[in-house]
Amino acid sequence: MKIHRTIKYESDCVRGFGRELMSVPGCEQLERCIQCGTCSGVCPLSIYMDYTPRQVMALTRADFKREVLHSHTIWLCASCYACTVECPQEIRITDIMYELKQRAILERVYPRGFPIPVLAREFTAMVRKHGRITEMVLVIRLFLQTSWLAALGNWRLGLDLMRTGRFSLITERIKRRHEIARMFDALDGTKGKGP
Amino acid sequence: MVSLKQEIRIGFYVCHCGHNIASMVDCPEVASYVGKLPGVVLSRDYKYMCSDPGQELIQKDIKEFELNRVVVASCSPLLHEHTFRTATAAGGLNPFFFHMVNIREHDSWVHTDRAEATAKAKALARAAIRRVAHHKALEVKKVPVHPDVLVVGAGIAGIHAALTLANAGKKVFLIEREPTIGGHMAKFDKTFPTLDCAACILTPKMSEVGTHENITLWSHSDVVKMDGYVGNYTVTVRRRPRYINEELCTGCQECISNCIYKEPKFADHFNEGLGKRKPVYIPFPQATPQIVLIDPEVCLNFKRGVLTDKCKKTCVEACGDRKAIDFTQHEEFKEIKVGSIIVATGFKAFDVKRVPQYGYGAYPNVYTALEAERLVNASGPTGGEVVLRDGRRPQAIGIIHCVGSRDKKTNRWCSRVCCMYSMKLAHLLKEHTGAELYNFYIDIRAPGKGYEEFYDKLNEEGVHFIRGRVGEVTDWAMAPEEDGKLVIRVEDTLAGFVRRIPVDMVVLATGLEPQADSQAVRRLFNMSCGTEGFFLERHPKLAPVNTFTDGIFIAGCCQGPRDIPDTVAQAGAAAAESMVLIDRGYVEQEPNTAYILPDCSGCKSCLPLCPYTAITFDDATKKAVINEALCKGCGTCVGSCPSGSIGQNLFEDEEVFSEIQGVLAHD
Amino acid sequence: MKYSYFPGCSLRGLGRAYEESLLPVMQHLGVELQELDDWNCCGATAYMAVDEAKACVLAARNLALAERSGLHQVMAPCAACYLVLNKTKHYLQDYPAMKAKIDRALAAVDLTYSGNMPVRHPLDILLNDVGLEAIKRRVQRPLKGLKVAPYYGCQIVRPYSTFDDQNNPTSMDRLIEALGATVVRYPLKTKCCGGSLTGTVPRAGIRMVYILLDEARKRGADCLATVCPLCQFNLDAYHADVKSTYGGVALPTVYFTQLMGLAFGLPESQLGLNRAAVRFKWRPAPAGAPPPPSAATPAPVTA
Repeated sequence: MKIHRTIKYESDCVRGFGRELMSVPGCEQLERCIQCGTCSGVCPLSIYMDYTPRQVMALTRADFKREVLHSHTIWLCASCYACTVECPQEIRITDIMYELKQRAILERVYPRGFPIPVLAREFTAMVRKHGRITEMVLVIRLFLQTSWLAALGNWRLGLDLMRTGRFSLITERIKRRHEIARMFDALDGTKGKGP
Repeated sequence: MVSLKQEIRIGFYVCHCGHNIASMVDCPEVASYVGKLPGVVLSRDYKYMCSDPGQELIQKDIKEFELNRVVVASCSPLLHEHTFRTATAAGGLNPFFFHMVNIREHDSWVHTDRAEATAKAKALARAAIRRVAHHKALEVKKVPVHPDVLVVGAGIAGIHAALTLANAGKKVFLIEREPTIGGHMAKFDKTFPTLDCAACILTPKMSEVGTHENITLWSHSDVVKMDGYVGNYTVTVRRRPRYINEELCTGCQECISNCIYKEPKFADHFNEGLGKRKPVYIPFPQATPQIVLIDPEVCLNFKRGVLTDKCKKTCVEACGDRKAIDFTQHEEFKEIKVGSIIVATGFKAFDVKRVPQYGYGAYPNVYTALEAERLVNASGPTGGEVVLRDGRRPQAIGIIHCVGSRDKKTNRWCSRVCCMYSMKLAHLLKEHTGAELYNFYIDIRAPGKGYEEFYDKLNEEGVHFIRGRVGEVTDWAMAPEEDGKLVIRVEDTLAGFVRRIPVDMVVLATGLEPQADSQAVRRLFNMSCGTEGFFLERHPKLAPVNTFTDGIFIAGCCQGPRDIPDTVAQAGAAAAESMVLIDRGYVEQEPNTAYILPDCSGCKSCLPLCPYTAITFDDATKKAVINEALCKGCGTCVGSCPSGSIGQNLFEDEEVFSEIQGVLAHD
Repeated sequence: MKYSYFPGCSLRGLGRAYEESLLPVMQHLGVELQELDDWNCCGATAYMAVDEAKACVLAARNLALAERSGLHQVMAPCAACYLVLNKTKHYLQDYPAMKAKIDRALAAVDLTYSGNMPVRHPLDILLNDVGLEAIKRRVQRPLKGLKVAPYYGCQIVRPYSTFDDQNNPTSMDRLIEALGATVVRYPLKTKCCGGSLTGTVPRAGIRMVYILLDEARKRGADCLATVCPLCQFNLDAYHADVKSTYGGVALPTVYFTQLMGLAFGLPESQLGLNRAAVRFKWRPAPAGAPPPPSAATPAPVTA
């Protein structure tokens, strides 16, 4: 029987974390959360999460940055928007989850080889380079960096895709690829995040 | 133009109002500036002018310095003009030699730059000094108050107000839109927290109203027009036809038993559509008045509301010698005169069709709270047996709190009574069925006397309280025990995990909102409403039953959601306010009446403009004449007279122009 | 009726059957589509997780290109593209500071976006512009006897429900009925399929797929109809995993455009029906013949 002591001190908070997040356009309403639990109640993934969406909202507002960014919740969010639509205070919970994902990626707070941020990284790299996604290439690159075993385990799926003519490794790209890089650079020049 | 015959001696006071004015306006500087203006004999600044010492200061100064004008620069005249006029009068001066300047709501409270706010205060004071020099002595008008009272709405609020007034010997007209009085309370089974039977405590009062010699009860009627002003209202009431002669009907209900329709067929409004009635019906057995009525939309003797006289009329036959049925009845308009009006038109339950995720209509066993009340009520459509729409008897029931309330997408406010009535319904349903009860809430609001104790009792009875707002009710089953049931998926926030709870019956605790026609009603009675649509009280703390229109009072849920004890208290308060007017016998009116000057050319263009028909034409002098008693000082005729021959007390041309010049002057 | 056509990466990849069936159906109805010149990936959900300004810029480039094309509306069949493009539109309208930034980025590549390009889903266009009557007239082989569970998924109803009800959408229901098929009552019609989680967190994703398939089977459906390529992929490609974990539910999942194509009597080779892992074998009777029996045989559930 392993016993844990779980008291939280004020020094466990990162003061300003919640306020900073709420200053992002679209996330201001978090101030009004009454912790009713509707978000967790309608979220189809909440039963797999270590902290329910409601708990993540409370932790974020209370500046418990470590707990929030290390949670599974932000990665398990499928952005189905069920929570956002039902929230009585009209808090954009899905958008807050995206913001938390961004912060976790920036600070590299996730286990190595965790597929979701790897997918995000590969996705963005592919779009930046080619302007479009070649799904099969993306999936293969994802598996190569996360779990070879999972890749092999999906052999039947791979065969199915080949059989139905969807297994294309030909790179999809746009003609004016340079425009993507140029637009991104224009954004980064003005510190592309927040007003 | 009036020339100033005597020396003007003005006393000027600027109030600090604690920090309210002084924090933004430099009061001593204003006082010192004004002290140098022509006509000003003394100029003071003081912390609280409205206090006793402040008022005494005015009185003392008038006598000592022989002042003949007083100006106070402080808060809004709505608040203290009366106070200072009284102080001026107590000092021996006509109260209308006083003028008030608002440097709080118009200055210190709305600006953030101290220098600019002080300059503005000086300009406003300067304007007042110039104006007050032109003020004339005036006498307050006394208008008699008609001793009768109109109470609109005969729910528990209207009933209580009417009885209080009637027992004090006042004559009351009680108007009710429905064919019976009793309002929403008549539909309840028991009331929280005492579990008094609603009908048992209400029907004696209903009966008293029906037989009281001082109450004229007009049910199945509504107000269509209101004219006049405090103390003298003329109200037109439309009496809608029941097709039954009220004097002759004994309430025996033989007509109902003998109606051509052997079985009741039409949705029963009183039972929230759960039961059925015939075209001739009585809303419920204990209705007051104990008179039936005929619905012309479904009665066979009518077609689409128009009389065809094609039916066999077995009802008339059954009525026999009483001859109470009268198909020729039509709507009647009655005009009454009253001195004050109490509006107690109640609330409307939130329409659950606005929240389709709870499944009302899609699943037969989802009920609103009022429907559930009728189910458990012994005189309801199922005789108090909780039998669901599909015939089942429930073994598990879920009650969802905050339906439509505390939600930016529907109603922002908390409806105040739903937690308590949800607990009451949980108790009653458990008592009637023995089922497992689940209440899904965000917060338990139990603030009244005995309310928290009631919550304790519910816990002791084994009702399950789960803190989590329900997002959805579904019939999708994930486990064998959920087959055929309604599933409520909710986060049990206190336990910290998501749960799925299968129930047979779902009750939606719908919130309270303003009546559907509240906007039309409030315009009829010249009232304001808040952003939510409930009628607006004059002051949220100190004047909860007054409106901004003198003589019109509000009581009960039409002002905001509340429970029965608070409603009755408010109704008593409104009755008391009416009695103040009646027992004093008169109201004092601002002497801001208009008057015709000698150079009236007799063009008569002012006559049709007066909303109070106060202007008549004197054929002898060939000039217009204003009846001072009727004039309300609206200023319409003054502004419209083509030859400028109408003046208005308190708003003379020279008063207004000097004020403008004062504001615009430079030093 | 001419629209800018934004296929999105998925319709060229795993979801090519959607495009294959969409184009002939639209042509048959007289709806002209002009593919957006040099369109780029909309960013989908992945880019929002990394940098929302960049995600907006990706979407805004497409909107700017659409404005440049001279056509007045964009049709985006992929539900995710539909959501991202609309989300960007709203973002730019609600937050002028963000719009200013995006405008600067677009200006760097000589593009401008005024902020007013409507982005519509084919269901919206079919119901509101073409009209059910016109569609009914084109039905040669009514889908009589087919029981369909309409599956909308999340992205075309939440959070921007511009053309249908958020809680109980019925646009696809009405379309399917116009084709002659029967719509079964499907309470999970807007429940999330798991999105990319079927690949990244299979324990959660596969179960969500199983729930959707099983409930459709319980309600007596012969197939599910979808509007999103990822939903179709999830519901179709993971049958083996569903079977090994929960027991087989062999229900085919088709695009609503494929059903339309069948009902219009278009050549099957054009409809991409053989692209699915679980073959949709049911066919409507040839014009005039009686309806075939239902193909649904409830598979044993051994979960």
